Amino acid sequence: MTSALWAVEIPYWGQTLLRVLGGVVAVLLPAGTIVYVFLFKMMSFMQSRLGPMEAGPYGSLQLVAEVGKWLQKEDIAPERADRFIFRLAPIVVLASTFLLVAVVPFGPDAWFTNFETGIYYAMAVSSVSVLGILMAGWASANKYSLLGGLRAAGQLIAYELPMVLAVIGVVIQAESMNLQQIVVAQNAGSIFGWDGLGNPYLLTQFVGFLIFMIAVQAELTQAPFDMPIAESELVSGYMTEYSGFRFLMFFIGEFATAGVFALIASVLFLGGWGVPFAWFGWNGIDDVDNWMNVVGPLVMFGKMMLLVFLIMWVRFSYPRFREDQLQRFAWKFLIPVSLGNIVLTAVAKVVW
Amino acid sequence: MSPLSSVGDATSVAGELPGDARREQIVDELRRHLGDALLESVVVPGVDVWIRVRTDAWRRAGEVLSDELGFTYFCFLSAVDWLPSPYGRGEDDPTEPAPERSSEIVQGVAGGETRLQMLARVVHPAHHVGVNLKCDVPDDRPTVPSWIPVFAGANWHERETHEMFGIGFAGHPDLRNLYLPTDFEGHPLRKDFPLLARMVKPWPGIVDVEPMPAGDADDEGGDES
Amino acid sequence: MTMLSDRQQLSYIAAQAADARVNVELETEGMTLNIGPQHPATHGTLRIIARLDGEQVVWAEPACGYMHRGYEKLAEVRTYPQVTTLVNRIDWLGSFANEVPFILAAEQLMEIEAPARAQWIRTLLFELSRIANVSLFLGDLGVQMGAITPVFMAFRDREYVLNLIEAATGGRFHPNFDRIGGLKDDLPAGFVAETRQVMKKLRNFCDEIEDLLFGNEIFQSRTRGIGVIPRDVALDYGLSGANLRASGVDWDLRRDQRLPMAWDKVDWKVWTHTDGDSFARCWVRLQETREATKLVDQLLDGLPSGPVMAKVPRIIKVPAGEAWVSTENPLGEMGYYVVSKGDLGPFRVKIRSASFNNISIVPWVLRGVYVPDIITILASLYFILGDIDR
Repeated sequence: MTSALWAVEIPYWGQTLLRVLGGVVAVLLPAGTIVYVFLFKMMSFMQSRLGPMEAGPYGSLQLVAEVGKWLQKEDIAPERADRFIFRLAPIVVLASTFLLVAVVPFGPDAWFTNFETGIYYAMAVSSVSVLGILMAGWASANKYSLLGGLRAAGQLIAYELPMVLAVIGVVIQAESMNLQQIVVAQNAGSIFGWDGLGNPYLLTQFVGFLIFMIAVQAELTQAPFDMPIAESELVSGYMTEYSGFRFLMFFIGEFATAGVFALIASVLFLGGWGVPFAWFGWNGIDDVDNWMNVVGPLVMFGKMMLLVFLIMWVRFSYPRFREDQLQRFAWKFLIPVSLGNIVLTAVAKVVW
Repeated sequence: MSPLSSVGDATSVAGELPGDARREQIVDELRRHLGDALLESVVVPGVDVWIRVRTDAWRRAGEVLSDELGFTYFCFLSAVDWLPSPYGRGEDDPTEPAPERSSEIVQGVAGGETRLQMLARVVHPAHHVGVNLKCDVPDDRPTVPSWIPVFAGANWHERETHEMFGIGFAGHPDLRNLYLPTDFEGHPLRKDFPLLARMVKPWPGIVDVEPMPAGDADDEGGDES
Repeated sequence: MTMLSDRQQLSYIAAQAADARVNVELETEGMTLNIGPQHPATHGTLRIIARLDGEQVVWAEPACGYMHRGYEKLAEVRTYPQVTTLVNRIDWLGSFANEVPFILAAEQLMEIEAPARAQWIRTLLFELSRIANVSLFLGDLGVQMGAITPVFMAFRDREYVLNLIEAATGGRFHPNFDRIGGLKDDLPAGFVAETRQVMKKLRNFCDEIEDLLFGNEIFQSRTRGIGVIPRDVALDYGLSGANLRASGVDWDLRRDQRLPMAWDKVDWKVWTHTDGDSFARCWVRLQETREATKLVDQLLDGLPSGPVMAKVPRIIKVPAGEAWVSTENPLGEMGYYVVSKGDLGPFRVKIRSASFNNISIVPWVLRGVYVPDIITILASLYFILGDIDR
């Protein structure tokens, strides 16, 4: 319980409030940082320009300006749009992000929920955004949006499978679906007896890691998988008709989801909130000191930024796939490779 | 060696002989196929060749050039309106009465008898020599055979010529306007269709063709560059 | 067979009608998609009306004319020197190249020739405008495919070329520098050295783009085999420039015609490709850009000295006659058919612009392709709206 941090009794409603606020911060803070650091600055430097420099020192307040701009725009809905679904779609997309971050552990006691089937829940809930995108595409009463929504639905469903299959390798190695357990298994583990680095599944599950990152790139509809928002063809795809606050929700949702998927990937493959236990002589989750509850989120943040850097770097560099090439890549290449990965992991687990 | 200096120059005509002979040969071949449908031809040695054919042989000429003589590259197809513009160059003072202008129709190279003439160009991709084809468009019924069976690319060119000059193309599957709205009235590139911008506002940049008084070095009213 | 009552008959008909309505609603006959006229992918206001079956195009047709400015009619009311200003704006990215064929046609009718230095500088500026034009194409190619980074490099390097053109002519986009009989001015001091530096940078840029974009597997899978135009269809429609060379036709007007320009006095290569697909067209343009930089270097080396303007009367009256001159412009073959009646201005100017023919093939080539391939094919055909619509 978080109360153990300060050895203070916090009533249940207080804990719930802390969890909710923590969840909001855990979603929005990464989103904001990612947008500023990667979208504004890193993309600009890669394109040999400076990016926003006016709002605040080095453009640091550009995000505030952007949010303000979007909030003060007129909320337009097309005349023939299905009103209720049109309004609901961005909420559904953003809701799936919040649901997803609920299972991510940030420290030995700093977690929102501790499901035994954490990763199973996470994979299931990440598909809720597909619904939201389809709703947006259909309800916009616009052929372009419809095309974008249909492309998105096909793509997201196709890439769910490699993502889930890549995770299974981790689950086999950690012998648990609980995300906290997975973190502990990595940090308390050892590679052939040497525990200097713990046992980050990045090394043993390298193929799984690659497949997961590719699938995440597709789940976020980032280039090279951004057919649904193919900017030079469909304007914005399913987001075309949205303006004002609703577009802001889609926009934040895109980067928040990137951050949350990166958090989950760092939990699964990089050791999550922990540093190798051997550095401090801990032997299990109960030995971990309380200050890890404060340092843990920072460590998570750092690992998340590293992974999002990879995602964004690929996004700014590659042209986009056509959907049939995209689908072919998922069904004919990624899924067989990830199945092979599972078989290998299972065999290795039994043998060693 | 510049082709420009070859016109009428005996020594360079000798040097240009291969190109010249080639163009003469093209005219002869075409005459062999078309007979007396080939009305007139002009060869400027080393520069170009113009051939005027009879209106009903317009498509046949294209076929001969494309299928038999190897001129498979379709350059363009358009028309020329030989009526001198009744508006001059739109530089008239609207307060003065309109000046007298000749409305005599004089056709250009390779002659002609009608006000409107078709103009097309095809090129031989290997020999890099082109042929300018002309034919008269009858004044009373401005229709010519379409070139689409010969060159598929003539589609858009014929649509543009139709909307700009009002020439019909027999055998064209879909003769709609290309640039102009569907309900546009009139044929803009005909000389009697006024340039509306000049009608609305007099043109300020009139070129002064009077000889300059002696001693003045500056331009006055001249707008040549 | 029992006789049906009226009521039964009516309800049967109503049921059939209801069935027919449902069938019509469910029948996915095809969606008509309008790409443009306002669209990020088209280089201007081009509208493509496509009838789709799912993601495949059943029938597509461009609707142009949104930018028709009536240049042929406007040229009839201008004097010969005034037409240069007009004609700059047809292909606005390689704008010096538009002036040259018209000036050459007028000079051909007047039977004068520009001095040697003017011819060489004309060729130099022509090639610089080619580089400016096609480097934008190379960057834009990335954007059409989804790679957003190469375009910034293209614009950055293109700025150097535009600065050169501005230094020489005074205008980045609309130089209006060519005159009947020569050029308006000589080159400024330091131009030659600066241009050599810029050409080095552009060769680097071409290498960068080749690595970053053309070597990318996704780019190759998006462009290889897409939009194949066989050789005889290309000739039939009058495709020109890199589009024609990519279909295997060895055709370059700089080499095949003898115009009073300096192309035949320097050493350069014509690039062709046999595939005729989108990749071939893009690849040929990349090689041509590199070749153009080498051309510019050679032109700088051999630049003769002398006047840049021949003796022409102050008021220019071109003798009666007809002339056709076409050149190998960045977009393709651009030509002017000038009819003169001995007046101050032309009697009729027929402007043969490259993109008009290049885009007339679109209904033929877009049958049966996927929607994303429409963008790929349009990008590889490379058109400028001003060139289509004049």
